[in-house]
Amino acid sequence: MSHEILLTQLLYGSAGLLFFLLGVWSFISHEPLWRKLIALNIMGAGVFHVLVAVAYRGLDAPPDPVPHALVLTGIVVAVSATALALAFGRRLDREDGERTPDVHGIDDREDGTHA
Amino acid sequence: MLDPLALAVALPLLGALLVTMLPGWSRTLGMLTALATTTVALWLTVTVWGSESLHSDLGGWGVPLGIGLRADGLAAALVAMANLVALAISIHATGYFGAAESSRKFWPLWLLLWTALNGLFLAADLFNLYVMLELLGLSAAALGALTGTREAAEANLRYLLVGLLGSMTYLLGVALLYTAYGVLDLELVAEALTPGPVAWSALALMIGGLLLKSALFPLHFWLPPAHANAPAPVSAALSALVVKAAIYLVLRLWLDLFDGIATLPAAMLLGLLGAGAVLWGSWRALRAERLKLLAAYSTVAQIGYLFLFLPLLTAAPDGDTRERLLTALVLLALTHGFAKAGFFLAAGLVQKSTGHDRIRELGGAAQSLPAATFTIGLAGVALIGLPPSGTFFAKWILVGQAIALGQWWWALVAMAGTLLAAAYVFRVLARAFNREPTPKCFLTDPRTEIPALLLAALSALAVGLAAQPIAVLLGAGV
Repeated sequence: MSHEILLTQLLYGSAGLLFFLLGVWSFISHEPLWRKLIALNIMGAGVFHVLVAVAYRGLDAPPDPVPHALVLTGIVVAVSATALALAFGRRLDREDGERTPDVHGIDDREDGTHA
Repeated sequence: MLDPLALAVALPLLGALLVTMLPGWSRTLGMLTALATTTVALWLTVTVWGSESLHSDLGGWGVPLGIGLRADGLAAALVAMANLVALAISIHATGYFGAAESSRKFWPLWLLLWTALNGLFLAADLFNLYVMLELLGLSAAALGALTGTREAAEANLRYLLVGLLGSMTYLLGVALLYTAYGVLDLELVAEALTPGPVAWSALALMIGGLLLKSALFPLHFWLPPAHANAPAPVSAALSALVVKAAIYLVLRLWLDLFDGIATLPAAMLLGLLGAGAVLWGSWRALRAERLKLLAAYSTVAQIGYLFLFLPLLTAAPDGDTRERLLTALVLLALTHGFAKAGFFLAAGLVQKSTGHDRIRELGGAAQSLPAATFTIGLAGVALIGLPPSGTFFAKWILVGQAIALGQWWWALVAMAGTLLAAAYVFRVLARAFNREPTPKCFLTDPRTEIPALLLAALSALAVGLAAQPIAVLLGAGV
């Protein structure tokens, strides 16, 4: 039983590390803003996975509250950062949305301004 | 109840909330907050200078659950510098923004940035440092884009994204350390840390993320556009304080946490990047077309000097040599803080009154803006490292110790950087001092010129002469 739990914890933790690496790769290799933002959020999710896996302290003991608190705070920070980056992206879009869509990435097709 | 540690973080935060609620009063409330915060910060520094390092457990929870604050000599020295510079920037901002709409946007973000700075210098645990780092990054990016131009928005979006990448990497390092040791408090982690794969990966992740934020060559690409496109008071804060905060964190981790884990080759690598920063940053500053871009590249170079100290600190035996190197490092950081803030404020005034900051067309600036030109000259003294500026003493010790410890190549880098710095400062001054009729009055805009002038004078004269008390302060806690 405890072996299975340990395996779950290990899987969860390594999945977190994998997420983080995927996020870094995607952040560096993709130009559009929204892809970079999703990549950053995936990196964050990876770190949170690791922290959640760490919180487990055995079947009988309650989980460690500190990593949980860290994840909560981390989510708040990640949401605020994403919001600010999106605000910047919208600003750039308003300035010259049609000319260079690749720099900031939001595709113009959505608002139907041009065919 | 009256705890300077808690007040230094709580006052600017309270001020930020107040100016958000009462935007009409933002200038008055902002200035009151600035004065109160600086007073508390100086009180804190004097307390640390007089006795020992300070500790405070917020809410009485204590480690390992609660959030603690602490101040040792290093933190107190940086808090004093940061708050004095921030006060000068606040005074300058009242004149720079006037009663315009952007003044209402400036104050909440600026006080939030101030909160994050003080919080970062005083935080006692790794996660609190992460939160403050993020708060600093978010408010700095928003402030940098206040001009509202396309270039500013683009540069600061890049700054924000790079900063986020850096702090996510830092956070993974924190998660690794918590996995291995189950504590977050800096002192407890330092006690528990043993050399091994976990410690090395955490070191690489955390320092790597912070290098991105502190713009060490070749990771500096985001800094010049972001700093050069911000409004003058914001440029001053970004170059003098925000970058310094990331470097402070590198030092804190390197000296407190990873002391004994960080190997000499790793330190050599950082020193090498620092050398690259000194040479490349100075060269680009020399070639810069615009005054603010010159100042931004000069920041890249000055950051490089700070990293030249790491291989020496790692190689130095404990005791006098180490203390002296650390004092020199802090002197350099403090001097650069004052000098660069003064430089940017003066550059902002030049830009405001001439309508541009192209160095080529600055002819006669010495006659039309004597105080601003004098400020740039004084800040230049500190940037080059002429005596009696703090930079002079710092470089003196750097060169001496590099030769004493058998790493003479860092001395060559420091000297080459000094020559290049002299070249780019004199290039500006040579433009400014050509013949035009002399104006009647020395000050053209006292409210913006006097804070800039005082900062530059502090950087050129006071910090160097105050080397002894600063050494005493650092001896108190480090």
